[in-house]
Amino acid sequence: MADNRADTRVSMRTPLARVKGLGASGHGVEHWWLHRMTAVSNVPLIIAFVIVVAALAGSSYEGAVAIVSHPLVAIILLLAVISVTNHMRLGMQIVIEDYVHDKGYKIAAVIANNFYAVIVAVACLYAILKVSLGRILL
Amino acid sequence: MAEAKLAPRPLSPHLQVYRWSWTMAMSVAHRITGTALYIGIALFAIWLVALASGPRAFDAVQWFFGSPLGYLILFGYTWVLMHHMLGGVRHLVWDFGHGMEPAQRVNMARFTLIGSIILTVLIWAVAILLF
Repeated sequence: MADNRADTRVSMRTPLARVKGLGASGHGVEHWWLHRMTAVSNVPLIIAFVIVVAALAGSSYEGAVAIVSHPLVAIILLLAVISVTNHMRLGMQIVIEDYVHDKGYKIAAVIANNFYAVIVAVACLYAILKVSLGRILL
Repeated sequence: MAEAKLAPRPLSPHLQVYRWSWTMAMSVAHRITGTALYIGIALFAIWLVALASGPRAFDAVQWFFGSPLGYLILFGYTWVLMHHMLGGVRHLVWDFGHGMEPAQRVNMARFTLIGSIILTVLIWAVAILLF
């Protein structure tokens, strides 16, 4: 197991300064804060998402297009995708940082995690917009 | 003064060392359900992209989700989603410093499991009755 912990010999920073995680820019808690903020926004959005998906189950193509292209449904789905993909990106990064000890693999895994989250987000956002904006032109 | 010695900070021992408890089991479950949701969201992306692609692609994907395997995945996904949601609410309560007492901790962990099962059955019952 590779030891990637900070070398305590060279740092002039106190252990307290280090664990507080507030670097010079004061952005140390950004990951934690965005994770909690998206957790809060996920709750109402997921409840709405579950209702929408239940309505979509077994529906025909025309029926599904009609539901997804309704502005209220489309806006809820867009918000849910943005909230969820950010939340899962942050959560998976914590899992990677906890269990992938080799520095090289860790960096590769964090990059892959970010790519996956963005690909899922863009695919969902594009599809929702294409289905719902297409309806105006009809 | 002699140069400071490198003091290795303690690493957390591995999971096997501990006796299983409700809070530990639900904490592990929270990570596993989070990872499952992370992978499973790709299915929703595929469904949406198929819908945006046209009737042929949509019918193929909708057929899959309507098959017994599709229903099994959707049912499992519902439970995993509810479990992770209730587990997340539990963590938010803890973030505010509440529910840290031994009895509260265990009751909240139990509620995560029981509540997620109740919610899942409720969602499917309502969905089957309404739609």
